[in-house]
Amino acid sequence: MKNTIAERILDFLKGYPPFNLIPKITLLEIAKNVEIHYFEKDQIIFSQNDNPHEHFYMVYEGAVRLYRFAEDKKHVLDICDEGDLFGLRPLIMKENYLMGAAANEETILYSIPINIFNDIILNFPKVSQFLIASFATNTRDPFSEKHKGKLFANIEAIKKVENNFIEAQSAKYTRNPITCPPSISVQEAAIIMTKNVINSIVVTKNKIPIGIITDKDMRTKIGTGLFKITDKAASIMTQPVITFPENITVAEAQIARLKHKVSHLCITKDGTNTSELVGILSEHDLNLIQGNNPLLLIKEIKLAKDAETLKYIRSKAAELTKGYIEQEIPIYFVTKVISEINTAITKRAIELSIKEIGRKPPVAYSWFAVGSQGRKEQLLMTDQDNALVFENVEEEQYESVKSYFLNLATKVTEKLNIVGFDYCPANIMASNPKWCSSIDEWKQQFKEWIKDPIPEKILLSIIFFDFELIYGNQELYDEMAKSVLKYIRKNQIFLSFLGKVTLDNPPPLGFFKQFLVEQDGENKDNFDIKSRAIRPLVDAARIFSLYHGLQINNTIARYEKLMEVEPQNKDLFESCSNSFKILLQFRTSQGLTNNDTGRYVDINNLSKADRLKLKSCFNPIKNVQEALKLRFKTSQIS
Amino acid sequence: MFRLFKRKSYPEFWKQHIEKVSKSKNYTNYETIRFVALDTETTGFDYDNDRILCIGAIAIKNNKIKVNDSFEVYIKQDVFNKETVKIHGIRRNGNEVKVSEEEALIKFIEYLDDAIIIAHHTKFDITMINEALKRINVGPLRSKQLDTNFIHKKIATENQFKKLFSLDELCKIYNVKMHDRHTASGDALITAYLFLKLTTKYKKNNALNLTELIRTNYYLSS
Repeated sequence: MKNTIAERILDFLKGYPPFNLIPKITLLEIAKNVEIHYFEKDQIIFSQNDNPHEHFYMVYEGAVRLYRFAEDKKHVLDICDEGDLFGLRPLIMKENYLMGAAANEETILYSIPINIFNDIILNFPKVSQFLIASFATNTRDPFSEKHKGKLFANIEAIKKVENNFIEAQSAKYTRNPITCPPSISVQEAAIIMTKNVINSIVVTKNKIPIGIITDKDMRTKIGTGLFKITDKAASIMTQPVITFPENITVAEAQIARLKHKVSHLCITKDGTNTSELVGILSEHDLNLIQGNNPLLLIKEIKLAKDAETLKYIRSKAAELTKGYIEQEIPIYFVTKVISEINTAITKRAIELSIKEIGRKPPVAYSWFAVGSQGRKEQLLMTDQDNALVFENVEEEQYESVKSYFLNLATKVTEKLNIVGFDYCPANIMASNPKWCSSIDEWKQQFKEWIKDPIPEKILLSIIFFDFELIYGNQELYDEMAKSVLKYIRKNQIFLSFLGKVTLDNPPPLGFFKQFLVEQDGENKDNFDIKSRAIRPLVDAARIFSLYHGLQINNTIARYEKLMEVEPQNKDLFESCSNSFKILLQFRTSQGLTNNDTGRYVDINNLSKADRLKLKSCFNPIKNVQEALKLRFKTSQIS
Repeated sequence: MFRLFKRKSYPEFWKQHIEKVSKSKNYTNYETIRFVALDTETTGFDYDNDRILCIGAIAIKNNKIKVNDSFEVYIKQDVFNKETVKIHGIRRNGNEVKVSEEEALIKFIEYLDDAIIIAHHTKFDITMINEALKRINVGPLRSKQLDTNFIHKKIATENQFKKLFSLDELCKIYNVKMHDRHTASGDALITAYLFLKLTTKYKKNNALNLTELIRTNYYLSS
């Protein structure tokens, strides 16, 4: 039968998230069950600590203010206007209302029964993702502390739905693998392997994996006569083993295998190499699963003969990124895969350049990426930011060594430019004599920056202190990284200066909850998502990490480590990490749509969903900036 | 031919209607009263010759409009007036599924249950329905009735002496968006919105009870 009223309600609902993500036929069912409420100005809809209603609400007309009493003072937390949802969180978490809601003006609300909506959360992963995104930020609020990790009472069910993406899928590993103790002989181990028709055996001690013996070990260590078949299994096993927790995803497994160049990963109870073995994941297991594209790309990169080929492969990687973003694969995996690809390209560019020169580097060196590449947060093509360090050499050698590396760096940056990484406009590249120096010169520079933090040196610190080894000597890199942390430990005031610079970038919402947009220039009226939203989060992560002496560059990894180091601020850091992921994903999809860097966002062209999504990321920015202010007493710096 | 024989006993649906309305226990407490906002689209304004084309209705209980308790029916009629098609848009052979007048009335009476009717210019809609009921030898409706016009007049401070306000005028006064104006369901929903706003205003100076509300009906009582 015709139902004009329900159809009109549907027309309204479908204009707003998350209802725009629900097919019409399902949405009509929701519309049919809506109740319409009318509230006069200042009438209370629900009060703080009330039992949850059986409905949540959507503003049809008017506006609703959400408020909370803390220490007998009323704080207005938010104003919801037409199309905004509220009062959903407590229903999902089965908790009392954490805040009160009252009509800010004459208001008509649609109330939607939660029992209908619960099924929708389960059946439409995009809806749950939207809700997770919009809830992400609230975790910081002190009053929601205890709800962390149970945003949804039935999170397991939701996870299951999301898992239809291969890369984000849990990798299927072999459970209860065959093991042997380290004390048995190689021959006995080989007999067990042969009997069970397996190509590898895990060596365990008290169920903890300590090594692995593969067919390859038998071939290279026994077959060649290096060891005897009577030697102990422990003597030929490959160790330590690379371990992961049970929920390892395909993407993680692929990356781990690339990184550690191993054919098998051990799955342990808690993911560390000191806990009980539960399974093994082999190359074969992974190859069974489709979607090993990044792996193939990296293989192709390793075989590339020139920059043009690298460029072609990089364009395929861009397609991959696009696919990942469209499929809403968690940004964490996407950045990892793309960073690995960029790293592989740079490595190959260095190898090709050395070949061209025809002479091996005279001394040990390392090539590192700085800035966003150093943090491994690059998804789209951006500028090159790189630098080079070489071993200390005698004075008379210095000139020739430096000129070799400058020549090498010039060739590498040329190749990267062909691939599509533009030259850095600020000339922060290894081909610049300033950024191609010996280890002592680098340390001296770092020391000066930290001791005398004038503005231009602070800017350099911000770029260079996010540096990651791409190619070359690990010790040189470690030495540099440690020197930075050492100097900072001695000059804590430096962090206050860093904090001050960050805080000059205010939270992105204006007084009337408007986005702060650019005032003039080419991007007038656009929202600069990079400097207004992403950078403050990146900066804060860096400062806190330097403070704790953490040698981590990736922003997400930094926040995750900070959650461990400062358990009292776990909520804050978690909300920052979530916001950062959302913003990065947002910027990337913007960039892919508009074929640019995604830095400037035209707010007026955003859907309501995207606008809400963006806005939800701003609270953590404000909160972490407050924390910086307090911790590093930035107000005392003029 | 049927009209010649006066029926001794009413059909089942009508007996139930009388019983439901007379024995309802829901009227004593405002929260338990089910109101039904309704509107009809007709071929014209002549009680004798014009016919109902569509009835739209939606229930209100405890200050909430219940979308899942709504009613919409299109009626097959031989009478056709191309002038009013312009207003309500219901064509003689439109896409709507149409039922006979009798079937529509029975369904409507069942839907109505013990509800109190609220409409705008209630007298017109109810008379049209009563005329139709007469054609199947029942009626008139026993349900209690309210009119947005009269509730408004009771609380209005301006234009006290204006006799009638149109639905459009009331929408303007009470700031109700006019979607789907001139469809039965659309006007029923608008009437429901008006009713919510009126009763909220009314409640400020008066305890909200049915007797008081019914008393606004001094024009309507027949």
